[in-house]
Amino acid sequence: MAGTRGATDTTASAPVVPPGGATPRPAGRRRHSNRIRRDGLAGWLFLAPAILVLGSFLVLPVLMAAWVSLSDWNGNGSPLASGVDFVGADNYTALLDEPGLGRTNFATSIRNNLYFVLLVVPLQTSLALLLAVVLHQKGLRARSFFRTAYYFPTVTSSVAISVVFLFLFASTGSVNAALGLAGIEGPSWFADPRGLLHLLLGAVGLDTAPAVLADTELLGLSLWDWFSGPSVAMCAIILLVVWTSTGAYMLMFYAALQNLPETVHEAALIDGANRWQTFWRITLPQLRPTVFLVLTLGLIGTWQVFDQVYALSKGAPGGTTLTPAFLSYVESFVNGEWGRGSAIAFLLFLIIVALTLLQRFVLRDKGAVE
Amino acid sequence: MSTRGSPVARIAGYALLITVAVAYIFPFLIQLGTAFKTDPEANAHPLDPIPQDPTTAVFSQLAALDFPLWAFNSAFVAVTVTIGRVFFDSLAGYALSRLRFRGRNAVLAAVIAVMAVPGVVLLIPKFLVLNQLGMYDTYAAMIVPLMVDAAGIFIMKQFFDGIPDSVEEAARIDGAGPFRTFWSVVLPMARPALITLTILSFQGSWNELPHFIVSRQSADLNTLTTGVSTLVGGQLSAGNQFPLKLGAALLMTIPVALVFFVFQRHFVRGATEGADKG
Repeated sequence: MAGTRGATDTTASAPVVPPGGATPRPAGRRRHSNRIRRDGLAGWLFLAPAILVLGSFLVLPVLMAAWVSLSDWNGNGSPLASGVDFVGADNYTALLDEPGLGRTNFATSIRNNLYFVLLVVPLQTSLALLLAVVLHQKGLRARSFFRTAYYFPTVTSSVAISVVFLFLFASTGSVNAALGLAGIEGPSWFADPRGLLHLLLGAVGLDTAPAVLADTELLGLSLWDWFSGPSVAMCAIILLVVWTSTGAYMLMFYAALQNLPETVHEAALIDGANRWQTFWRITLPQLRPTVFLVLTLGLIGTWQVFDQVYALSKGAPGGTTLTPAFLSYVESFVNGEWGRGSAIAFLLFLIIVALTLLQRFVLRDKGAVE
Repeated sequence: MSTRGSPVARIAGYALLITVAVAYIFPFLIQLGTAFKTDPEANAHPLDPIPQDPTTAVFSQLAALDFPLWAFNSAFVAVTVTIGRVFFDSLAGYALSRLRFRGRNAVLAAVIAVMAVPGVVLLIPKFLVLNQLGMYDTYAAMIVPLMVDAAGIFIMKQFFDGIPDSVEEAARIDGAGPFRTFWSVVLPMARPALITLTILSFQGSWNELPHFIVSRQSADLNTLTTGVSTLVGGQLSAGNQFPLKLGAALLMTIPVALVFFVFQRHFVRGATEGADKG
């Protein structure tokens, strides 16, 4: 392996050797080997700070957390001290198998995050695509104004945006005032744990859980609770995240649209296809790689939601805005259950790795087709 | 769709763009106006961005709280992190792009692999290492882990890849060492990439929240993000005090907003570069 790389290096640096004929002059060869030696030393020196920092704060933490997730460390002293015991998969079974608060909270956080992903990803992707397509029309005025307006929230602090939404969705806030103008009495958003699906079922008269759903449990949560839908509080966070992240994805779609060849599109119009047909049959298929990219970036990002929960709700009301990322923080820093907190981080990592691999798989598949 | 449509379609298009733009701009106007209101007025007229009787009371209140300290910490951390990132990322990017040595490809693969690690998953693990190293609850803990970022290394490497070899040959023949060549010949040519990296680093570290939650605990080390979060979730949340909170959020948005409006196209480039590498 090293030999191959050495050979490549020689070829790559070949222009250094003066083109003096079939046999290179000795001086040239000496300069060449000097360069390799000097580059090697410089290369490692140049990379040293990066390797040190990334190694210490990205690679080492993963190894250390792997140990802590298998230990009973309680936060006192060093997890590497002799008093800390190896407990095998105990922390993982507490989350996945043993009845108890640990498992119920973890299941609740997965449920909440699942609804969050199911709503945020389609909403932000379709809104971003719609805005990009409309913005891409020829002869549009104030294009850069609109683009800036939509993109600006993505560069501002998640905490600052959360504060704004805290006011907008307060019970005496702007959203409820606007709903009031339309004669609707808005909920007290961030204090309302009622699930959206439960509310819808309630509206058609199904107030209590059917026995089948109430009695069947999955990971310590009844099926009725699994099917709650996002809580009203979570819906406010969902709207916040869609509002914030759409702009970045819109830019990706917009950039992709600009790179599409116009000829195909024009030919379709000349052939009598209307704009709707051209969009679905010509533009969208051409945008498929970008759609996949945006969907998978969205999937990966939405499973990591933390900032907004930390700033706005801390998992309340009734645990309905608890997410795995936030739960891992609470179990560790608040409850002192470091092993369990680390185990949650690893389970979350598995979820995200699985989605990343799915992305790779889907994108590679795409490459082969085209 | 890049062709001129019917007038109806055009009007529908504008209507959509304007409606969405209102939904994007109005919250900021509400924020701006409410920061100058009194508490009762904020609750009584939440839809009116114009204060009846403007007051700057919240800003004196914030000055009396720890807000100036938070702002100093945020600025100090963001500036230090940015300087570190620009220097170390471009050093590493240069080595990965232009220097030929054994092991380079392995390091490049590792950098790309590291980029894929989701940040939130590293929260607890990062605390564990900072604690073990005795760095927890110091400026160093807040700054050093952010001083190098894999994505920045990648951006610089990509840029250096586009600079022709011939540029360096002259310097080499004159006997300049690798650092001299990097510092005085190649780096000045990388201005656009350096500006992009500077802006992204500043914005990223100014807005950073989770890392400052797990790397410190003393109130003296609060940044704007962690400090303003305590305003929201702390004892003040009961009596809502919306003008105070919105004023704090407004002030912390200003620096990034200024950078954004001055260097907008660099943000856009950063965003689309991020898309390419993803």
